[in-house]
Amino acid sequence: MDTSHLGLLAISDTGFVFDPRTGHSYTVNSTGLTLLRGLKQGLTLPQIRDSLGATHDCSYDVSTDLGTFIKTLENYQLLGNSGQG
Amino acid sequence: MNSSKPRYEVPTIVRNASGLMNKVGHRGSLESRTQIDGVDVDSLIKDFGSPLFVFSEGTLNRSIDEARLALEKHLPQSQLCWSYKTNYLGAICAIFHRSGSLAEVVSGMEYEKARRLGVPGNQIVFNGPAKSEAELQRAIQEGAIIHADHFEELRLIERIAQAARTRPKVGLRVALDAGIVPRWDRFGFSLESGVAEQAARFITDSPHIELGGLHTHIGTYIVDPRAYGRAATKLAEFAEYIEATLGCRPTHLDLGGGFASTNSLATQYQSGALVPRQEEYIREIGRALAQQRGAKLPVYLETGRALVDDCGTLVSTVLASKRLPTGRNSIVIDAGVNLLFTAWWYRLELQPCCPSDGFIEDTTVYGPLCMNIDCVRESVALPPLSAGDAVLIRPVGAYTFTQSMQFIHLRPACVLISESGDVELIRRKETLEDLIGPEIVPERLAIERARSNLSDHHDGLRDVRSGAVVQ
Repeated sequence: MDTSHLGLLAISDTGFVFDPRTGHSYTVNSTGLTLLRGLKQGLTLPQIRDSLGATHDCSYDVSTDLGTFIKTLENYQLLGNSGQG
Repeated sequence: MNSSKPRYEVPTIVRNASGLMNKVGHRGSLESRTQIDGVDVDSLIKDFGSPLFVFSEGTLNRSIDEARLALEKHLPQSQLCWSYKTNYLGAICAIFHRSGSLAEVVSGMEYEKARRLGVPGNQIVFNGPAKSEAELQRAIQEGAIIHADHFEELRLIERIAQAARTRPKVGLRVALDAGIVPRWDRFGFSLESGVAEQAARFITDSPHIELGGLHTHIGTYIVDPRAYGRAATKLAEFAEYIEATLGCRPTHLDLGGGFASTNSLATQYQSGALVPRQEEYIREIGRALAQQRGAKLPVYLETGRALVDDCGTLVSTVLASKRLPTGRNSIVIDAGVNLLFTAWWYRLELQPCCPSDGFIEDTTVYGPLCMNIDCVRESVALPPLSAGDAVLIRPVGAYTFTQSMQFIHLRPACVLISESGDVELIRRKETLEDLIGPEIVPERLAIERARSNLSDHHDGLRDVRSGAVVQ
């Protein structure tokens, strides 16, 4: 997964995300913020999934949620060139 | 589950959009609500299932009291008539009748419903554009207050009266211009074109019928109370004119219904919470009639929506949440437009029953029907909701249940929460028998024969697939 654009994003602690390439801003919730930061740090999706599972009260495997989030990032062209379909 | 950990929220990111705020907009229903009239929503679902129509007797009584006090103050010679079509659940009608309302019906079915509830014929106002001969015969025999809609109906009533050798009073529905848009002119006889006068003359010229009241229904969800003042003035002046020219005084004036409820129209800029209170409408009617010189006639009102809408809530449960390809969040709930026909033209409020401290975003709310049109709200601000979470949809006291239908799903139960907090079942959940009971499958389509035909058909298909020549 190409995540080269992630490094360009300005991400605040409160979930405000700014993309200087397009001027668009985004709001991300707390779990989404964990995921974005994890991806920026180079963690794999299974690692992020396990981290979320350990820190949150959840009764199911969140892998599909992470996959959907990644798709959304791709649609917004926030990940990298590979996501521009 | 470990409750010390924060509740998991599906990871979400939304692009921010700039735009102007609605200057009269109000905060969405983001605060969670776990009870209705002190009763836990969870226990309601556990006992009666989801979805579930819940009606509050306390809210209804307060609404009736508000109208009654306003009438005592501004229109002392008045009578409330409960509009059956707005909500004809027996228990709801009974609450209105207990408080002194007449029944206002617009069909033979509603008439029969009122009679079965114990309402005498002479306490039923019979409106509507489609009264059959048999229905009119009964209504005349039982002394109902009839308002005729067209000349065919007048002639039919005259024939029935002549045959029965009675001389019933017949009121007139009057279509008039009260200065609002859209103007309702399909009901009754037009005042401005002179047809209403012709209709009054038809009655006074007839040896078989007498003139009853004058009725008008200027529209629905009218947000300008002054329109009722104008309608009352026109109707009262018409009554005076009839008395002066035809020598016959109408028995009453009926200003119909149409007061707005706190619901918000889909096309409405402002919130429904800002619509006039019932007293404002009644005050305008009172002012207008106080200025009339003629006889002070009793006034009937058939206000339905404003009285009952707020007392109804539909409890529903989230079945799934889904991120749409556009990035918009959506949820699927177990109540769709089959139950919420009113969602076509109202922005119904949705209130979550779970803590709403998560990420709030615009969400599309879909119902459970396998139909693309099944959208309860195109966009409403909601916190993250998961399968199993309950939501409250309101107000749904007016027209929602009466217009609900058995489409793909059967209709759910209805309960009434009494003033003392007791929960009473007022309509059981439907079963398949309620749907197929009236159906008749012709003998030639009986399942055994159908199965045999199906088997022959499949044999033929198999022969074709295997390359066999079918003679």
